[in-house]
Amino acid sequence: MFSLLNTIWTVLKTTFRKRATIQYPEERPHIPPRWRGRIILSRDAHGQERCVACNLCAAACPVDCISLQAAEDRQGRRYPSFFRINFSRCIFCGYCEEACPTYAIQLTTDFEMGEYVRQNMVYEKEDLLISGPGKYPGYDFYQEAGLAVGGKDKGTGPNEEPPVDVKSLMP
Amino acid sequence: MITIYIDNKPYQVKPGQNLLQACLSLGFDLPYFCWHPALHAVGACRQCAVKQFKDERDTRGRIVMSCMTPVAEGMRISVDDAEAKAFRKGVIEWLMLNHPHDCPVCDEGGECHLQDMTVMTGHNERRTRFKKRTHRNQYLGPFINHEMNRCIQCYRCVRYYRDYAGGRDLNVFSAHDHVYFGRHEDGVLDSEFSGNLVEICPTGVFTDKTLKQHYARKWDLQTAPSICVHCGLGCNTIAGERYGTLRRIMNRYHHDVNGYFLCDRGRFGYEFVNSGKRIKQPMLSPSLSPSPQGRDASTSSPLAGEDRGEGDLQPFDKESVLGHVTGILSNSKGIIGIGSPRASLESNFALRSLVGPGNFYSGMSEPDHRLISLIIDIHQKGPARSPSLRDVRMADAIVVLGEDLTNTAPLLALSLRQAVRGREFEAAAKLNIPEWHDAGVRNAGRGARNPLFIATPAQTRLDDIAIKTCHAAPDDIARLGFAIAHELDPSAPAVRGLTEGTSSLAKEIAHSLKDAKRPLVIAGTSLFNEQIVQAAANIAAALCAGSTDAALCYTVPECNSMGLGIIGGRNLDEAFTVMDDGLADTVVILENDLYRRADAGKINAFLDRAKHVIVLDHISTRTALRADIVLPAGTFAESNGTLVNNEGRAQRFYQAFVPQGDIQGGWKWIHAIMVAAGRTTADAMQSLDSVTATMADAFPVLAPVKDIAPPADFRIKGSKVPRQPHRYSGRTSMHADVSVNEGKPREDADSPLAFSMEGSEEQPPAPLIARYWSPGWSSVQALNKYQQEVGGELRDNGSGKRLVQPDQHGKPAYFTADPAKASHAMDAAIVPAYQIFGSDELSNYSPAIEERAKAKKP
Repeated sequence: MFSLLNTIWTVLKTTFRKRATIQYPEERPHIPPRWRGRIILSRDAHGQERCVACNLCAAACPVDCISLQAAEDRQGRRYPSFFRINFSRCIFCGYCEEACPTYAIQLTTDFEMGEYVRQNMVYEKEDLLISGPGKYPGYDFYQEAGLAVGGKDKGTGPNEEPPVDVKSLMP
Repeated sequence: MITIYIDNKPYQVKPGQNLLQACLSLGFDLPYFCWHPALHAVGACRQCAVKQFKDERDTRGRIVMSCMTPVAEGMRISVDDAEAKAFRKGVIEWLMLNHPHDCPVCDEGGECHLQDMTVMTGHNERRTRFKKRTHRNQYLGPFINHEMNRCIQCYRCVRYYRDYAGGRDLNVFSAHDHVYFGRHEDGVLDSEFSGNLVEICPTGVFTDKTLKQHYARKWDLQTAPSICVHCGLGCNTIAGERYGTLRRIMNRYHHDVNGYFLCDRGRFGYEFVNSGKRIKQPMLSPSLSPSPQGRDASTSSPLAGEDRGEGDLQPFDKESVLGHVTGILSNSKGIIGIGSPRASLESNFALRSLVGPGNFYSGMSEPDHRLISLIIDIHQKGPARSPSLRDVRMADAIVVLGEDLTNTAPLLALSLRQAVRGREFEAAAKLNIPEWHDAGVRNAGRGARNPLFIATPAQTRLDDIAIKTCHAAPDDIARLGFAIAHELDPSAPAVRGLTEGTSSLAKEIAHSLKDAKRPLVIAGTSLFNEQIVQAAANIAAALCAGSTDAALCYTVPECNSMGLGIIGGRNLDEAFTVMDDGLADTVVILENDLYRRADAGKINAFLDRAKHVIVLDHISTRTALRADIVLPAGTFAESNGTLVNNEGRAQRFYQAFVPQGDIQGGWKWIHAIMVAAGRTTADAMQSLDSVTATMADAFPVLAPVKDIAPPADFRIKGSKVPRQPHRYSGRTSMHADVSVNEGKPREDADSPLAFSMEGSEEQPPAPLIARYWSPGWSSVQALNKYQQEVGGELRDNGSGKRLVQPDQHGKPAYFTADPAKASHAMDAAIVPAYQIFGSDELSNYSPAIEERAKAKKP
């Protein structure tokens, strides 16, 4: 008897509660900023590609759906000559983002990636590269790496001493 | 064997080694930097600290550097001791103070000894807030990239470059934490062995510049065990591929052959495989194919337009080309099959089977052919044995007749540099200084050198370690050789009319050789002088007659000269005669550029007279341009086969990757032709194992070739040996631009290796080792785990088999001395001058080698 009344009460209570179902796509759901959706490649504050083609994302990928080839421009900056993600294999685990030492590869809140043809799920670099820094503004790998690349000489990074004068014997 | 106690457990170890060697051989993961099995110990890096106890009651102990501590009976140490571990972690922390944060763009990343050791010691947090030291880099030539920021001051580079390889232009500069490893100014590294810095450097200061042009991480490279094709020594290499191009060559340890090192030609000459001049499709000349049927118009031919004029070769599909080949072969009046000393045993043998033994020509010029046959004959008759490179490193008196070794057989020159140091080790041994104690040995030895005598037409790069050099014409070198033999054994033929100087030099050399325990005579084919070869044989025979265990080493011009010599056939000049006599009208040329072997006029006449010329090759040589039909053969990285080195050792090389299109190994093409022609013997050429078996039946001396490597059905726990590392990336993406559907990995019916990352992770037998990796050891130093003891043989005892065994009890037969007459001061002779970068055919197609060859001489 009590159980029956309790049931009726629960039904009545939830009848007037705000609905959890939303009318997608007319109505947009709230996506938390750390959602693991479509993968992008970001640029640094100067608009240059952040990806240095270190291959760590590819190595971390459990389904091996990332492939790329490293190249070096005339300034000495490494970049991927091609960068391909096969989203039909991607499981959106976010390991690539975690592995990325330069904040280049990031997962975004976009999840609307359905395609009728599976081949269209293969994204090349021009599909992946965005024009901004994404979630992590400000970080510039080459300022920290100690290398000399175009526009940044040895010893000019924030954590670098000026280059050693080999001919000096001063302590 | 003696007993030592490590963490209170007894272990049996070999006496005479240091504690670090012992621990590593026992399988302990003890970090180290400055020690290297070939460079021995100096105790510079303080990384390999362990705790040593006085006896079992001692609980305090003291920290010692294991690389500088000899093992002793009953010794008690602890690797696991907390204090020792903290010490090792502290050392890494100091090293990391200045090590830059650039692993993502460092080519060493993923195969870095420093990364491995940092993880091993557990240092994972940076506590210092100070700035990092930086250095300017140098331009070191087309082979080596320099990034001094990464240096951890282990001194391995200068110890290798100066002390081991005899280089002079790399050194250490400045003081305290400013020390700088480089040249005195920017410039091309002078040593021919500079490439080994890539493997010697435990971090990314010296990296492979050719790899940088098409970089791939170690875990992404599909690798296979291979054999170097750029000279006759047969060094073992590892060939690595990614996305269909060959990316790099690394050293593959072979205890008896190359040990830890390669020469720069072997390491950087690989890029001919990626050359734009590669032949990628079967091609026909238009005269053979009036109808455009089967024409593959989508692709352009690399042979088109290059001084062929209207007779341009056009790519065609495999079947129609094979149809043309069989048509030509069945309608020809006579066939000439020309083999090649740069093609594998299997390919040469398959060609010989296709055209018939009587129609097989070695493809070597008359003098080359004659000299190689003579060398094989001398080696078979004995009594002197042909030494491995390891035996060369152990020799204690050496005479070199007529060979500029640095340029004709580079690693032999590097081995001689080690051989002459033998006397230092002897002096050290007298003072009870163990041979692993590098500084001690050098102090005790005070630069004492084993006697090395060099007689060559001109100066060589080894002159600095020679006791005496003699620059003379080839005939005079031969006369000197005969005179030495006569001094050693008066029954050996004498030389008349020797000058005072030559005669006293011969006496001196004979005296040194007689005193030696392991004398070595080196000669070769480079001067095309038969008498030098004979003179060297006489010296060795005379030494053996005096009951010394003499070794006789001949250098040969190409990677399979010896193998081809064993298969035999007639020489190239005889092919010209047969063609002139009109006995043949069709020529099949296997991986051979005839224009390198004889006068261009002769070759032109020969090819003009031939009605049909069929060429199997991988690169568009001048000969290929003259062909009617060209079939794309695979290079060493795209086919399986066997090569025989100068020592007579047969070694297997394996395909590293599946080439695009119709490219396949030479013997596979010949098998395809046999099948198309309906030959009943085609079955015998079906797989690598069946070719070697057939070959063994035809040539009993080649029988051991069957056993030099495991057969194709060899499995470890039911699975093949993977060519790809277990962390090979991009499998589901690398071909997705073409098709998102992933194909099955290509099967390999010819070898126990698989084109896949799936397979046994167990260590394979030595001939199948495709990479060095062990948990916690990603760098090349993981090799320690593959050896029976560090610096020793591989676990599954070596690879390759000696085909030519001398009859050591045979009676020495002397060649009679007849080297014409002594040359006069005003006589002129033309002799070839070899260049390590430039004289080899294939490596010249590599851009880095080309650039290095053009670099100014110091």
